[in-house]
Amino acid sequence: MPDLSINFAGIKSPNPFWLASAPPTNSGYQVMKAFDAGWGGAVWKTLGVPVVNVSSRYGSVNYRDKRMMGFNNIELISDRPLADNLREIEEVKKRFPHHAVIASLMVQSRQEWHDIVRDVTNAGSDGIELNFGCPHGMCERGMGSAVGQEPEVLQTIVEWVMEVARIPVIVKLTPNISDITEPALAARRGGANAISLINTIQSIVGVDLDLFAPYPIVDGKGSNGGYCGPAVKPIALNMVKNCAQHPDVRLPISGIGGIETWRDAVEHILLGASSVQVCTAAMHYGFGIIREMTSGLEQYMTEKGFHTIDDMVGRALPNVKHWEDLNLQYKVTASINPDKCIGCQLCYTACEDGAHQAIRLQPGTRTPEIIDENCVGCNLCSLVCPVEQCITMERRDDGTQHQTWKERTAADDIPTTFNDERAGGRHHWVPEPAAALGKEKEKTLPGKARLYTPEPEKQVVNE
Amino acid sequence: MAEYATPTTEQEFAGNFAQLKPLMSNSEALLESSRCLFCFDAPCIKACPSGIDIPLFIRQINSGNATGAARTIYEANYFGNACGKVCPTEVLCEGSCVYTATGAKPIEIGRLQSHATRKVMDQGKHLFQPGAATGFRVAVVGAGPAGISCACELRKLGHEVEVFEARSQPSGLTLYGVAPYKITNEETLAEMAYLEAQFGFQVHYNHLISTRADLEKLENEYDAIFLGIGLGHTSALGLPGEERENCVGAVEFIEQLRIRQEQTAVGRKVVVLGGGNTAMDAASESARLGAERVVLAYRRGKEEMGAYEFEYDLAKGVGVQGLFNVAPLEILGNGKVEGVKFVRTAVLNGQVQPVPGSEFVEPCDMVIKATGQAKQTSFLHLIPELQLDGKGRIVFNPGTGQTTNPRYFAAGDAANGGAEVVNAAADGKAAAHGIHTFLTR
Ligand SMILES: Cc1cc2nc3c(=O)[nH]c(=O)nc-3n(C[C@H](O)[C@H](O)[C@H](O)COP(=O)(O)OP(=O)(O)OC[C@H]3O[C@@H](n4cnc5c(N)ncnc54)[C@H](O)[C@@H]3O)c2cc1C
Ligand SMILES: Cc1cc2nc3c(=O)[nH]c(=O)nc-3n(C[C@H](O)[C@H](O)[C@H](O)COP(=O)(O)O)c2cc1C
Ligand code: SF4
Ligand code: SF4
Ligand code: SF4
Repeated sequence: MPDLSINFAGIKSPNPFWLASAPPTNSGYQVMKAFDAGWGGAVWKTLGVPVVNVSSRYGSVNYRDKRMMGFNNIELISDRPLADNLREIEEVKKRFPHHAVIASLMVQSRQEWHDIVRDVTNAGSDGIELNFGCPHGMCERGMGSAVGQEPEVLQTIVEWVMEVARIPVIVKLTPNISDITEPALAARRGGANAISLINTIQSIVGVDLDLFAPYPIVDGKGSNGGYCGPAVKPIALNMVKNCAQHPDVRLPISGIGGIETWRDAVEHILLGASSVQVCTAAMHYGFGIIREMTSGLEQYMTEKGFHTIDDMVGRALPNVKHWEDLNLQYKVTASINPDKCIGCQLCYTACEDGAHQAIRLQPGTRTPEIIDENCVGCNLCSLVCPVEQCITMERRDDGTQHQTWKERTAADDIPTTFNDERAGGRHHWVPEPAAALGKEKEKTLPGKARLYTPEPEKQVVNE
Repeated sequence: MAEYATPTTEQEFAGNFAQLKPLMSNSEALLESSRCLFCFDAPCIKACPSGIDIPLFIRQINSGNATGAARTIYEANYFGNACGKVCPTEVLCEGSCVYTATGAKPIEIGRLQSHATRKVMDQGKHLFQPGAATGFRVAVVGAGPAGISCACELRKLGHEVEVFEARSQPSGLTLYGVAPYKITNEETLAEMAYLEAQFGFQVHYNHLISTRADLEKLENEYDAIFLGIGLGHTSALGLPGEERENCVGAVEFIEQLRIRQEQTAVGRKVVVLGGGNTAMDAASESARLGAERVVLAYRRGKEEMGAYEFEYDLAKGVGVQGLFNVAPLEILGNGKVEGVKFVRTAVLNGQVQPVPGSEFVEPCDMVIKATGQAKQTSFLHLIPELQLDGKGRIVFNPGTGQTTNPRYFAAGDAANGGAEVVNAAADGKAAAHGIHTFLTR
């Protein structure tokens, strides 16, 4: 049995799954319930200054019938009294001494930071997370992302905190910045013990077409909110990777953003996270999802022969390269398995209109055919095909050649003009522009629309 | 053993004849429309006789544009709502959905179609209006799917249209023939009212066109005449005892069922003769009316029945028993039907032959003959130059609907010999374009 427990910058927890600082960690009641259900840790809903919230507060991006692909909120930090929160932290820690309780904090002055750090430490917190991320409501008051976007201010505040901190300090980064490693480096310079990312992304999830107002709507008006949920995972993964690969950051990373299943968590871990945090998925499905997450992670580790989480952390990092380091000699082309094909012809229309005209239709069957010499190996067809493993990308080079753009540049072997022979090999044939006109119109003009074209009788015979 | 108690109230009738394709809720429509792959050159479109752009209307439903979806449907087929419920989708659009090849359920195209069209009907949203008047006048005989579709399209093209209908209500066999568990009378008539309100054609009900004089009047007053008269009564079998009380034709039995609903009388033991879809319907309907035993008797083997497999499954599902390779010899009884005398058959060199000495009697108190509808040949012979083919079908140009008498056009069952509502609706509409070309050329 693999060991799921972690020691994250000195914070121990029975598994790497923490609830992110958000509504699911708003009260002792919720955190106890989550620990009871199997969560390893919880970052308490951010504590700090008194706030008021609006209603409504959340908006969603739905994809077809799938709800909350993306999610946003215009909520602020905890609107419950600090004393109540401290008392509940204490109670939770008494009942769950081996689970991780991390207090998320956001205040303004040096004195306030000192006071609150002491308060949560005295309450028994295992660690502190500094919320420099909230992209709405708090930044207007000089907190949240207003801090996260200014590396120098961030560093100063981290320094204030470190003056009194006796437990590990995590700095939570905002993604609303062009280079995530800048605030990460500032956190390190300030003496932080770890970083967590990402917080929510500034967003408008949609506009009400009748009220002409952005969601969520508060009395006919709206505001930009913070975006999260499955849709943000790719952005989070990239930022986690950037911090993990940066030679000077060298801090443990708590990965956050779009984690809903064990797979999402493993991806964050393979790119350098050593704990993961979850918000939207718990808000959508409740705490019960933890069972799928831990069992999936355990199964994966068993199959891969990983004994501890540390065995996996950053395992994909060596394979994340700059474009110029990729092998230009590697060549794949698409291959259709006719036994699996169901004849939707999505691959055909995708390649024809959206890629390289490398798929043709064949008479007598709905299964299209790849035109090998036109296929540039872009993957599009295999991505749109609705049947698992029906279109596969097959390797065509013999695997003996390896040459990158960087190597070619060094060897002065890069094309300098368009007709340069060295630019060859990746070109492909394109049809004459005018050949597009009217092409397959009868297939895109539905049904009886064909009947009413000028030669009705001829058309009918064809049917 | 009867599966159904004889219905005595409207509610019980509705229960026994519960809709096979009930209206989809908004959530169901969202879920189902989300599954559609939006295939290129989609096979479902090709399988639809009216050529509805199915992926387009499904996407319109999915993106919250049900009105646009309804427009897409109605632009191709004026019986869009009815077709969604009554079409044999298993062998048409849904049967060709690419999902069938994955082993997954095909998209429920029919129910999505009825969902979208029902919405605009309920909201009274008008999608069409008559075209600018051309001054031409067209007479439409028969207010069935063919006639009504032709009338709608003619009005859209700006021609004046008057419809002559023998019955008191529109939609032909959609109302008088199709099984009540496929569509209710209310739904059928709501669509007719919706179309009439938009296109404003005149329907003269209870107006049978039957004599040469009637036809001459039409020929004198109208520029073209469209025949959407469908088929006739159940053909006679020529069996001794066929005249006995409770020996009825399937079409006539079903017409009573659609009009009288729970007040329709059915036997306790019913024998249905025939192996086509109408036989399956009549058998199912007898069972749902509370008959204790329903026997479906067919001259050949089960596999050779003309009925769609799913229609036979439906009948079996309500307790109908199949009796194959038997031919009726005589309807027995004393005034009323008391049984059917059968002889077993065998197929020799492709021919059905009686097996001598194998006669037996199947006792029953009702016989329903589902052995095909007669053509209205004697009426059609009153039209000069109008040719019928060997099977009594009107000879016509499938692209234009034009018959051998250039001023007469035809579509639907009268021309194709008996198909589905969707064929009549599609071809009736195509004929309107044929008439338009003929009038305006
Ligand atoms: C029992 C049964 C079940 C069926 N079930 C289905 C089903 O589930 N799904 C499906 O798609 N199809 C079904 N059909 C077939 C479908 O109903 C027909 O194909 C379709 O109705 C044909 O349309 P039509 O307009 O050609 O003729 P009809 O629907 O027959 O309409 C003809 C109209 O013309 C009128 N008329 C006839 N002669 C004259 C005249 N001389 N003067 C004035 N009026 C006249 C009639 O009263 C009638 O209203 C079924 C048919 C039957 C018999
Ligand atoms: C309603 C809501 C409130 C949040 N409040 C806080 C907060 O107080 N402090 C904080 O650090 N992050 C807060 N976040 C951000 C989350 O902790 C997390 O970083 C973000 O949701 C991305 O993770 P996810 O995609 O798994 O949900 C909040 C998120 C949501 C949805
Ligand atoms: S991989 Fe790209 S270019 Fe090749 S067939 Fe597929 S879509 Fe076309
Ligand atoms: S996308 Fe896949 S299933 Fe569809 S036609 Fe292409 S190969 Fe066949
Ligand atoms: S075949 Fe099926 S999946 Fe494809 S467009 Fe038609 S309904 Fe949608």
